[in-house]
Amino acid sequence: MDGKFISLIVLLPLFSFLILGLFGRKTFKTFSGIIGTTSIFASAMIAFITAYQYFFVVGQTNGVYQKIIAMKHVWLQFSPNVSIDMGIILDPISVMMIVVVTFISLMVHIYSLGYMKGEERFSVYYAFLSLFTFSMLGLVLACNIFQIYIFWELVGVSSFLLIGFYYDKPSAVAASKKAFIVTRFADLGFLIGILILSFNAETLDFETLISRLTDPNSEYLHRIVSASFLGASALTWGLVLVFMGGAGKSAMFPLHIWLPDAMEGPTPVSALIHAATMVVAGVYLVARLFPIYALSCPAALHVVAYVGIFSSMFAAIIACTQTDIKRVLAYSTMSQIGFMMFALGVSSYGGENGLGYMASMFHLFTHAMFKALLFLGAGAVIHYVHSNEMKDMGGLRKLMPITHLTFLIACLAIAGIPPFAGFFSKEEILAAAFASNPVIFYLAIATAGLTAFYMFRLYFSIFWNKAEFKSHSRHDSHDEHHGEGSSSMLIPLIILGICSIGVGFIPFGNFVSSDGVALHTEFHPTFSIAPVLIALAGILLAMTFYKKENEKPNRLAASFKGIYTSAYHKFYFDEIYLFITQKVIFNLIGRPAAWFDRNIVDGMINLIGEITQEISTLIRGIQSGRVQNYAIYFFCGIIGFAVLFIYFWK
Amino acid sequence: MTEIPLQHILFLSTALFFIGVYGFFTRKNMITMLMSVELILNSVNINFIAFNKYLFADKLDGIFFTIFIIVIAAAEAAVAIAIIINLYRSHKSIDVDETNEMKY
Repeated sequence: MDGKFISLIVLLPLFSFLILGLFGRKTFKTFSGIIGTTSIFASAMIAFITAYQYFFVVGQTNGVYQKIIAMKHVWLQFSPNVSIDMGIILDPISVMMIVVVTFISLMVHIYSLGYMKGEERFSVYYAFLSLFTFSMLGLVLACNIFQIYIFWELVGVSSFLLIGFYYDKPSAVAASKKAFIVTRFADLGFLIGILILSFNAETLDFETLISRLTDPNSEYLHRIVSASFLGASALTWGLVLVFMGGAGKSAMFPLHIWLPDAMEGPTPVSALIHAATMVVAGVYLVARLFPIYALSCPAALHVVAYVGIFSSMFAAIIACTQTDIKRVLAYSTMSQIGFMMFALGVSSYGGENGLGYMASMFHLFTHAMFKALLFLGAGAVIHYVHSNEMKDMGGLRKLMPITHLTFLIACLAIAGIPPFAGFFSKEEILAAAFASNPVIFYLAIATAGLTAFYMFRLYFSIFWNKAEFKSHSRHDSHDEHHGEGSSSMLIPLIILGICSIGVGFIPFGNFVSSDGVALHTEFHPTFSIAPVLIALAGILLAMTFYKKENEKPNRLAASFKGIYTSAYHKFYFDEIYLFITQKVIFNLIGRPAAWFDRNIVDGMINLIGEITQEISTLIRGIQSGRVQNYAIYFFCGIIGFAVLFIYFWK
Repeated sequence: MTEIPLQHILFLSTALFFIGVYGFFTRKNMITMLMSVELILNSVNINFIAFNKYLFADKLDGIFFTIFIIVIAAAEAAVAIAIIINLYRSHKSIDVDETNEMKY
């Protein structure tokens, strides 16, 4: 496959970013949306062609999907063996990811044409979107663990820029800082993990790294396993620290606190970055290193599994109590990513046992579709209502029929009702969990029920609940006519709606599996009965509570007061973090360090400065400005030199 | 008639030199200072001529140097007078004590 052609997928968004970033504000203005969308459209087309080529033409050798290095360019050579390369790796997951990223990004670009219309920093917005798409594509195509780290940080930066897009809003500024600091903290773990792994395996290249650390006879594996620190081997530490980076980006407990606040950004950005693509980077990272986790270090994989299931359950409980619709969606994202994580965690490598891996990637794929749809639908609602709060909505189904329908599809998909996309992937995740760990399985089923409940709580609160929508804003003229947005906002909703129904039928196991061999999954109707019934129960419960305005939700909240309030306050995690950082770290470490810096370090510098100043005050009289004084100095100097040369210079 | 000994001439030039230096250090009028500089230059000229005549009578190096110095002195006088004129325009004075702005 032609590496130059494939590299266009990554480079087109970069060009678009450079052009819009440099000239957008002055030259293109409103036209910049078209430029950004066109470039991402071209990029998406190339990605589709590449995916077709890979999956159906060149990817397979003897029925096994190969890893193809389409391009590799040595960027920084440390030693003959260790170098940072910039390259493109094609394997089932990276090809699937470029399709997802370019497709969702294209949808969001088109949607934003309508949503962000008239925005003052319209071209800046598109420049940032292009930057994000570029970094995300570079991340998924990375062939070198350091390349992935570089793009990982770029993704973090573009997320920071987009969360803080409304920089005149203090809450957005705080949210962007929070997201950046939390993920940066996690990335520190990632970097240390990279250093541990690459130091012991003596390579940064993914393929070499994986082969060296999975082959039971390799000396590298022996060395890294025998080196131990605090009771765990260096390999476990390395993998857990790499997972820490992934957990930060994927908002896994306890590094999840940034994701709900990230919803301060424009809604299409939430759809693209904080729901469909960037937040699954952590899942992708674990999947990329999956052979090492599964074959060499099951302990690290257990960490992944338990963190995943805990985050999933935890987020689902919080999501049931939130009233800001974007926050509900944010917690649901966290919960679904937890699903992907524990699916990876319960999986093992190769053959039938690799079901969890495949299910995780499948769920990543379907989740991207319906979660993007949910966010874009929520964006349309917010665009119309001018509020994020559930209580300001209700009864919108007649005003926004298309949004209503697509939102319903997405809700059914995420709840796991057949035949929508989420059903298939969730069933496989549950099957994988059932086969490996019953505790995780039962927790996962309970979480699936909660998912159905809170999604339909959201759905009924937005579109039903009140008999008729009453606008609280001053845009009363809206009430008269149709509430739908422009066609550029509706088309992505419809396309994503179709995808949310359709993508579940893709025989995903044929394309993506842990070892590249096609994995034929069988559909077990009997197994699906329990999860679907639980999901339906969740939906019915939500229906009785929220379809019509009534007192039941409040009474329920009152009867579970303790749990309800603590879940409403997100189990006080923000407060705990604030306490730890501000009270403990600031007071015990920060302030003494600041004192030391201000008084000792600065003091020394100031002392040098003051001494210099004193001396110069003493001797400045020499520079009197009188020509004759200078002449005398000159003359004295000459005499001095004469004496020196005549009497002392021997 | 006996020749004047070299020492006398050297005494003359040294005296001339220090008179020039003294004048340069003590006079406040810039034109007087310029004249003092000319005295210094001419004392050097006398030295050159004297050494040429007494030590290397068959060579012309000292005489050439003297001519150079005379030319340079002329140029220097032109430049110095230009400076003095400009100074007079800006300060309405050619007293060097008045021109002490260029200090710390």
